[in-house]
Amino acid sequence: MDMVNSSPDIRAAVAATQGTPVEQPIKVHVKDVRFYYANGYEALKGINLELRDKTVTAFIGPSGCGKSTLLRILNRIYDLYPGQRVTGEVLLDGRNILGRDEDLNRLRARIGMVFQKPTPFPMSIYENIAFGIRLYEKIPKSEMDGRVEAALRKAALWDEVKEKLHQSGLGLSGGQQQRLCIARAVAVKPSVLLLDEPASALDPISTAKVEELIEELANDYCIAIVTHNMQQAARASQYTAFMYLGELIEFDRTDNIFTAPKNKRTQDYVTGRFG
Amino acid sequence: MTVTNTAGSADLNGGAASRIEARRKVGNLIALGLSIVATLFGLFFLVSILITLLIQGFSAISPSLFLENLPPLGGEGGGLANAIFGSVAMTVVAIIVATPIGILAGTYLTEYARGGKLAEVAKFINDVLLSAPSIIIGLFVYTILVLPIGHFSAWSGAAALGIIALPVINRTTQDMLGLVPNALREAAAALGTPRWKTMTHVIYRAARSGIVTGVLLAVARISGETAPLLFTALNNQFWSTDMGQPMGNLPNVIFQYATAADANSQRIAWGAALLITVTILVINIVARALSGGGKQQV
Repeated sequence: MDMVNSSPDIRAAVAATQGTPVEQPIKVHVKDVRFYYANGYEALKGINLELRDKTVTAFIGPSGCGKSTLLRILNRIYDLYPGQRVTGEVLLDGRNILGRDEDLNRLRARIGMVFQKPTPFPMSIYENIAFGIRLYEKIPKSEMDGRVEAALRKAALWDEVKEKLHQSGLGLSGGQQQRLCIARAVAVKPSVLLLDEPASALDPISTAKVEELIEELANDYCIAIVTHNMQQAARASQYTAFMYLGELIEFDRTDNIFTAPKNKRTQDYVTGRFG
Repeated sequence: MTVTNTAGSADLNGGAASRIEARRKVGNLIALGLSIVATLFGLFFLVSILITLLIQGFSAISPSLFLENLPPLGGEGGGLANAIFGSVAMTVVAIIVATPIGILAGTYLTEYARGGKLAEVAKFINDVLLSAPSIIIGLFVYTILVLPIGHFSAWSGAAALGIIALPVINRTTQDMLGLVPNALREAAAALGTPRWKTMTHVIYRAARSGIVTGVLLAVARISGETAPLLFTALNNQFWSTDMGQPMGNLPNVIFQYATAADANSQRIAWGAALLITVTILVINIVARALSGGGKQQV
């Protein structure tokens, strides 16, 4: 195999993720997606790829390459801003979600998203989690307590906050806030989880915790993660998409992208020669 | 030779540097001195107003000031009971009506009509209304309410105060909602939250202390307004709870009683002036505390 001159820890990370060759079924199918800003600028130029269930797909590429934009199409959050336009198809379980008649609230309840900066709501830790659940489910208090605890446990936050569930979520540290946001997203039992640079605003210890968490969550969810951190992509994902200037340059298994990229630009980027 | 030369030039440079430094110090001293004088000049008037008010007003403060109604001009004794009630009643009615309208208008302009032509025009008109002379608003209400009804009333007084409070609440709501980061709106939407629920449960909560502050500032603004009440509620020497009739109020008590010749009337006017000032001061302090400590609240 033609080993690219990537740094040793990336190779080690890739080696660690190898050994899960079972191909999961396709969850999200992106077909010839193009994105236009209100001023007509084409930010995505015909993207085609698949996200597999119970699999982590990483999106890497220099700033402004369109990876966050692609993520924001998958739950149609771009729709909050009038004038932005998408063509093509995004099939979730085989059904196009870009249609005009799509119930956006229900769609977004099925596709969770965690943002770059932690965004706890101005309410208690408990209410931060219960808020999303209450939107679509009517459950008794005892069951709600269980759901909140389960979500916080899943986000590895329970032990740190169980004594102060009714204090403000804004009082937590940045890393805790981000895990609270992840807990909030998984509490509503989505089928896809979108993570837009979830660890970029965190210190190394919090980052490690969030990454561990992503690994855990990959057992249950189809996960798409945007990251600027090459090691993170190599460690946490099974598939990697390299994007550049609104185009998908290369999409392959993560080990291939980092050890045997087919495209020169991918090779340059993952070895740190540009971007 | 060379050595002396070098030493001489170094000395010269040192001299020039110290001259520049000295000039800078003098400039700094002058600018600093002027700003301090300007500050003291401004503070002098503020403090002397407060001191005069306290000295004159305190001698008027007594239980009877709060328990008895207005004396006739030139009469003995009396208090402000009916004027206090009138001021509070009209302010409360004005705020109860203006608050929901102002908050909803501010919400529409920042959240729903963002960037549109209508929003820009409406915001501009609101800002004009914000600084409109209150006597004009008084005249306006006089024309559309007092004249058709045929007499002065507390309802039209409350209407005039409400019109003054409305742009204040509208504008602070706009500003406070504008401070809520977009990330929070996106985060709520990403959970599948309907837009109205995002507003009521997340965005209003995040901006709550700021919006409450805006309402309090509107209360402070209208509780001292005199001109609009002159054309609408007028004044009333007797106890009245009938909003359909003229009603006593503190600003007009000051206006009428301060210019009277007798000492008792002037005492009443000072008392009213002190009451209004203290009320506005307290409201401002509460508003400051709210907006300052808002971040820590749940």
